[in-house]
Amino acid sequence: MNNKEYIDNVKSGKTSAVKTVKSILSEIKKINKDYNYFNNVTENLALELAEKVDKNPKGKLTGLPISIKDDICVKGVETTCSSNILRGYKPIFNATVVKRLIDEGAVIIGKTNQDAFGFGSFNTNTDYEIPKNPRDKSRVTGGSSGGAAGFTALTEFPHVAIGESTGGSIAAPCSFCGVQGLTPTYGAVSRYGLIDYSNSLDKIGVIGKTVNDLDLVFDVIRGHDSKDSTSLNKSFNKDGNVKKIGLIKETLDIDPKIRDVVLKKLDELNIKYEKISLPLVSKYSLAAYYIIAMSEASTNLNKYCGMRYGQEENLNLPYNEYFSDVRTKYFNKESKRRIILGTFTRMAGYRDAFYLKAMKVRTLIIEEYKKAFSKYDLLVSPAMPIIAPKFSEVNKLSPAENYMMDIMTVAPNLAGLPHLSLDAGTCNKMPVGIMFTGNHLDETKLINVGKKYGI
Amino acid sequence: MKIDKKILQSVANNARIKLNKKEEEELLVQLNDVLSIFSKLNEVNTDNVESSFQPIEVKNVFREDKVESCKEDVLSNVKNKENNYFKGPKAL
Repeated sequence: MNNKEYIDNVKSGKTSAVKTVKSILSEIKKINKDYNYFNNVTENLALELAEKVDKNPKGKLTGLPISIKDDICVKGVETTCSSNILRGYKPIFNATVVKRLIDEGAVIIGKTNQDAFGFGSFNTNTDYEIPKNPRDKSRVTGGSSGGAAGFTALTEFPHVAIGESTGGSIAAPCSFCGVQGLTPTYGAVSRYGLIDYSNSLDKIGVIGKTVNDLDLVFDVIRGHDSKDSTSLNKSFNKDGNVKKIGLIKETLDIDPKIRDVVLKKLDELNIKYEKISLPLVSKYSLAAYYIIAMSEASTNLNKYCGMRYGQEENLNLPYNEYFSDVRTKYFNKESKRRIILGTFTRMAGYRDAFYLKAMKVRTLIIEEYKKAFSKYDLLVSPAMPIIAPKFSEVNKLSPAENYMMDIMTVAPNLAGLPHLSLDAGTCNKMPVGIMFTGNHLDETKLINVGKKYGI
Repeated sequence: MKIDKKILQSVANNARIKLNKKEEEELLVQLNDVLSIFSKLNEVNTDNVESSFQPIEVKNVFREDKVESCKEDVLSNVKNKENNYFKGPKAL
């Protein structure tokens, strides 16, 4: 039974939402023992919502269990971004996406694991237990929405996950776990209630087993919200025809086995493409992305200082010492690294050379993309340059080598372009993802190409 | 451009992060490694190029400056509070 059929059955009274939710909650407990996908299972909230649905089965998502990445606020539910500094924080409001989901009959089942504040590509930078790949427990799920993608792959019940991407945090875990993910245009989904990583890059999106699932949930969460000042008040492009696809030449310079899985898939589906070169996008996105992301992150994380929410300490310490004490104790290594780098790239004397330079290079990268979209409806590339690595391999990487793994995914994120990551097949028994990128607000083209794909 | 020990200490102090000797040494190598990636942007000519602070054109949104009371809710996440105010460390 697919999610659409399930929703119809709940609506007609053939299936009970409470019964399904009870089953998925016990499945989560079982899976979580080995895989660590959930930071928090919201059993009471889930049952309360499911009971309401059974009494009054209404809405586009009637009774559908939905997991929420832990960087999105759910009222009264501990929300930590997987960081120790936010342990115990219970938001006093729902994020707009959560409100919209509940209004359409969805059932919130829990908060999924991630890299703390989204800082990572493998979900190994979490302050909770590290999630494991659904196909091989010695490998990573990818990050930062690792819990969301891993659980989507393993669950046998109706479910869709809400993820979030700053520089590839939806496409990367989807590629490594063999599921599908939509990262929308910047501003297409309200960020109200999303705990900021990098304001000009963060986008809430959807992870599911099928493209229909992505379409179903995206339709509910998208659209203007007056509570988010960067929320777009524009309609999506109606033309969903995909006639010409450009394959980004530079992204093929990877392990030939992974490249061949992607090329074979395009041939199998009879998707015609032309090779296209995007030199600026390929060469400079990574540096521009990380400078912007870290600069913005370092200002966003200033608010975690032991006051108002999150961890607190003894107030008898001297003024500055108090803040340093809390931050030093509760931020993890990667968070500290990014705060320090981001503080540096914004500092007087360095700001022009790094932060402002990156903002200008972003303009040139967007222009190069726009030029490509004047000729092509969509662009295509592998989603990740590797298959899910083993934990032992990740531990050996330096921070710089770690950041290099995002080479494919940072560019569309930097330019705010919507992209769709789809499972393309396997290499060494591990999933390989293919990524389609569209022009701003061209989500219809992405969904259409995804549906043609047949997942 | 390189980060030396003095810059690192000043940045960490600004960011209110304390580092021990071992962390300082480790970070100096890692940060300079990352800065060499960042410095690649120097190859790009950005004369007369505008900055993109957002990836897509965003217009200012204003709302009425109306006070809504939520004091009790807002204080629900802290232990350090007094008389309906957040309590912080002594400034003097």
